[in-house]
Amino acid sequence: MNPALIGSPSQPVTLSDAKLSAKDLSFYYGTFQALYNISLSIAPHKITAFIGPSGCGKSTFLRTMNRMNEILRNTRVEGELTLDGQDLLAMDVTTVRRRVGMVFQKSNPFPKSIFDNVAYGLRVNGMHKRSVVEEAVERSLTHAALWTEVKDKLNKPATALSGGQQQRLCIARALAVEPEVLLLDEPCSALDPIATLKIEELLFEIKSLTTIVIVTHNMQQAARLADYTGFFFMGKLVEFDDTRVMFQNPHKKETEDYITGRFG
Amino acid sequence: MASSTYIANIPRRSGVRVLYDRLRGGDEIAYLVTLACAVATLLIVALLVGELWINSQPTVKTFGWHFLTSSRWDPNSGNFGALPFIYGTCVTSFLALLIAIPLGVAASVFLAEMAPPKLSNILTFLIELLAAVPSVIYGLLGIFILVPLIRDYLVPVLTKLFGYLPIFSGDFYGVSFLSAGMVLAIMVVPFIVSVSREVLLAVPTDQREAALALGATKWETTWQIVIPNALTGIFGSIFLALARALGETMAVTMVIGNTPKITASLLSPGYSIAAVIANEFAEASGDLYVSSLMFLGLVLFGLTIIINAVARILILTTQKRGA
Ligand SMILES: Nc1ncnc2c1ncn2[C@@H]1O[C@H](COP(=O)(O)OP(=O)(O)O)[C@@H](O)[C@H]1O
Ligand SMILES: [Mg+2]
Repeated sequence: MNPALIGSPSQPVTLSDAKLSAKDLSFYYGTFQALYNISLSIAPHKITAFIGPSGCGKSTFLRTMNRMNEILRNTRVEGELTLDGQDLLAMDVTTVRRRVGMVFQKSNPFPKSIFDNVAYGLRVNGMHKRSVVEEAVERSLTHAALWTEVKDKLNKPATALSGGQQQRLCIARALAVEPEVLLLDEPCSALDPIATLKIEELLFEIKSLTTIVIVTHNMQQAARLADYTGFFFMGKLVEFDDTRVMFQNPHKKETEDYITGRFG
Repeated sequence: MASSTYIANIPRRSGVRVLYDRLRGGDEIAYLVTLACAVATLLIVALLVGELWINSQPTVKTFGWHFLTSSRWDPNSGNFGALPFIYGTCVTSFLALLIAIPLGVAASVFLAEMAPPKLSNILTFLIELLAAVPSVIYGLLGIFILVPLIRDYLVPVLTKLFGYLPIFSGDFYGVSFLSAGMVLAIMVVPFIVSVSREVLLAVPTDQREAALALGATKWETTWQIVIPNALTGIFGSIFLALARALGETMAVTMVIGNTPKITASLLSPGYSIAAVIANEFAEASGDLYVSSLMFLGLVLFGLTIIINAVARILILTTQKRGA
């Protein structure tokens, strides 16, 4: 166990080389407070998982980290959020989102070709050189473990792929712009076990490329995949620690209850 | 166990009883009623076309296909040709769409993507009210407001800048293809705005979020993702507008000048199919005259169908490429 990583409202995390870190972060939808003083650090090139019952604020926290919640009216963030030590909340929002990529619960490919889906992020960020784009598309699809399945039909519509393939395509699309952090919000919740396994494997592979933060309601998935796990409950980060500690020897009673399935 | 005994014990019923029971269930009734309505609609259209066809036989026999290509419309000498009216209908509708599409689509993008929801709802309500204004009112607006504006401000500019183009040559007397096209544009914009706004709003949020999450700006997301997603529906709104423009009678006849002439200049007066039927039917004397107007009705019907079919094919091909 790494004592430096324990995060709780009373015990903010300090990690000198944190990729992303939040300090006393609160979030409001209008007058409803969805997050309460979250403090934690995300270690670079590790997989961090967030678990917790639904409605406890996991997605909200994830969507605060790439400022996706800003598209909603009447929302407010309080506290600090840093990316490589820089104030994330003060950065240009498109830069933040390019550096902190996101994959959503429901796969959401554009109604374009497979190639154009993966190329979209590059093009929108100003990269139009055909050879570079082609190379990046192949690389991203390879990392997303999809290349061999689609290399002969790159011009086919992405929407014709299976659910699992579509989600891997979305991962490839996110990877194409080489994000420093990749946020995944329950990426496997609509997938069968085999498709889920494929995604878990590829996430494990791409740890070397990017820092991964994943929300999951599947505790085995967190246990299998994550280096660190955080437990959210009612808008608070109850406990955050090394995954093994969280699952074998949690410090908080709520964590233990949740993990052993006594509630939630 | 118990359930199988139960099933075995259901009493046998006579055929009529069974039919009655099933009808009571609703499925069959719903099927028959909706089928009857669907057939009735088709029947009405078929009757309409049939009636027009039968009544236009004198013209068909006298002129044949030549009716469609002849530009002479001279009831006194018994010469009838449809071309000036086809031309007028097409030119005014095309002009109307040329103006209304950019205006309407841009407005719908503003209302769906940029305006605060409250403002958007109020503006949309007002714009939809415009769709309910009777066309004779638009005709009056055209005569008393639009035509003077066009004459005093637009035409001087157009002739000065583009006077060398045939479409802006010649004198302008107010009533013209240009005036009719602009009145039609104003009339069809509400259709484009309200339908396009709906389809833009119906584009799933996850499409927007996907683009934003890759670092696209709001405008890039709107232009590259939201609008392409809504394209089929936007085309749909344009069809609606086109159908309205092709068949519009009252407003057009008030500002087009009612002169069966084919000229390149948009500043000259013209005529449209719907307008000539409305204007001349009551006083048409003689079989050939009446039947020529009937045939014109059929032509308008056919024109609408052809233009819609072409537009639909266009959409299908763009969709195939886009998907
Ligand atoms: N757009 C929104 N507007 C208002 N409240 C929201 C919105 N999204 C989520 N919430 C509320 O915020 C809380 C946390 O939601 P969320 O972050 O989606 O939870 P989780 O992902 O853990 O299931 C819930 O109570 C939810 O109802
Ligand atoms: Mg969620």
